[in-house]
Amino acid sequence: MTDFAITASDLRKAYKDKVVLDGIDLNVRAGTVFSLLGPNGAGKTTTVNVLTTLSKADGGTIHVAGYDVATEAKAVRAAIGVTGQFAAVDELLTGQENLQLMVDLNQLSAGAGKRMVAELLERFELVDSAQKPASTYSGGMRRKLDLAMTLVGNPRIIFLDEPTTGLDPRSRRTMWSIIRELVAGGVTIFLTTQYLDEADQLADRIAVLDQGRLVAEGTPDELKRQIPGTHVRLRFSTAEELDAAARILPDSTRDDEALTLRVPSDGGTKAVRALLDRLGEYSLDAEGFSVHTPDLDDVFLALTGHTTKALTGHMTDALTGHTTEVVAK
Amino acid sequence: MKSPSIVMLRRNFKHIARNPTTVFNAVLMPVVVMLMFVYVFGDAFSVGVDYATPGLLLLAVCYGLGSVAVSVNSDVTKGIINRFKVMDVPRSAVLTGHVIASVLTNMLAVAAIVGVAFALGFSPSASLLDWLGVVGLVVLLSFAAGWLTIAMGLAAKSPETAGLASLPLVMLPFFSSAISPTDKMGPGVREFAEYQPFTPIIETLRGLLNGAPSAGDVIPALAWCVGFALVGYLWASSTFKKRA
Repeated sequence: MTDFAITASDLRKAYKDKVVLDGIDLNVRAGTVFSLLGPNGAGKTTTVNVLTTLSKADGGTIHVAGYDVATEAKAVRAAIGVTGQFAAVDELLTGQENLQLMVDLNQLSAGAGKRMVAELLERFELVDSAQKPASTYSGGMRRKLDLAMTLVGNPRIIFLDEPTTGLDPRSRRTMWSIIRELVAGGVTIFLTTQYLDEADQLADRIAVLDQGRLVAEGTPDELKRQIPGTHVRLRFSTAEELDAAARILPDSTRDDEALTLRVPSDGGTKAVRALLDRLGEYSLDAEGFSVHTPDLDDVFLALTGHTTKALTGHMTDALTGHTTEVVAK
Repeated sequence: MKSPSIVMLRRNFKHIARNPTTVFNAVLMPVVVMLMFVYVFGDAFSVGVDYATPGLLLLAVCYGLGSVAVSVNSDVTKGIINRFKVMDVPRSAVLTGHVIASVLTNMLAVAAIVGVAFALGFSPSASLLDWLGVVGLVVLLSFAAGWLTIAMGLAAKSPETAGLASLPLVMLPFFSSAISPTDKMGPGVREFAEYQPFTPIIETLRGLLNGAPSAGDVIPALAWCVGFALVGYLWASSTFKKRA
């Protein structure tokens, strides 16, 4: 009907008196990757649950694949695939049996099912462990098996709820390339994540979710323009040194209280060496030096004026950021 | 093409086959309890195998249920039920698979108890029709208690609490006429034992095995079973729908 795979307007959901979704509008074009970015507790999983017919919204209208989620749940389920936050594989079954289970439940014919299982095992590099119970799989393998199970039904729209949370960097890359392949095949992806770089890498559009509300939406570039870029932070021991450094580095922003200077930089060794050389020319020494890449925390600070810490009240791995501090001798 | 219920049932059977200790427990424990009451306590107790068998049939049903609650709960907590829910698998199929697997495991334990009972000199005076009644009631009880256990498994927060939730089912037979007649019990316990659901069920089984069931036991026994099944089914269905 439209070229939107998912549309939702004024989505509301509360558990008892705690408001989780407070009037959300979403429009996802068919064949694109849409990413919902937010910290733990922002309402990402609730959004996925509501969009995938797992739980009922208190208010608002949702259409997925052109069907109304409230009245045509069956048709919606036939069109979608969902990979939840925790790999939902049957641990007592082998990888192959897990896939066969999906084949049987999708009512595929024996021949087509057999081909499908073999093809998915191959594609997700699970052939060697196909006969082993899923309980022996690593986290990355489980996620892959989970996604492979989702693909058995040939869904046109796939929901991925934090598909790489808890994965090592290598498995994360593998997952990303699988997602890219899916999109190339014309599938629409609705992806939730708490990693800015993941949304940046994969998404055509990003919506930032904060306390049940969308605080920003746009292409990754539009969004990044609103937040500080990668920069080097220099900390000095005296105000005089800070003054001197600020004079020779005109692009920098100073913080007089913390005695720090923020210098835009791509964080690469070449740029950092040039910066340090420049300080050296003027015989200036910084007491502390760190390279800072924007993370979810920066996005939130820029968009909402508060950090994710204030939101959740506990540390999450999203907050660890990517700051490396090197204390100068 | 396979019906989703059959697919689910096959999955449950595979689980049982991969995890045989649960069946072993479900079959072995009631047999051990039986040997204890008939041999170890022996004369001190002097209930005899004829008296103990009906109660132990019931115990055999209850012992198997703990693992059912745990396995249903891990389906929920590990997200597999959600996977089935968004796949448009008929909602009944997932739970039906568990119920049927649970009834069949129960029957294995029941068969073991009957076998051991005969080996110990059990001599019932039941007719073929009475035996059919025994089988019917045991299956009905297993089905009813199965639904109740599944509901508890679905509602529990974790597999540990699910295992605990089924504990009353294991304990109740001991506070019934299973092993000793209620009129020999102390005050308080006696009243409880007389009115709790398992006593009429056990008395009905005992009556059937003696070839003389009394309507005063049969009607409450059936009522309790049907009630359990209904409550369990409705509770399980609504929890299944709600829990995302």
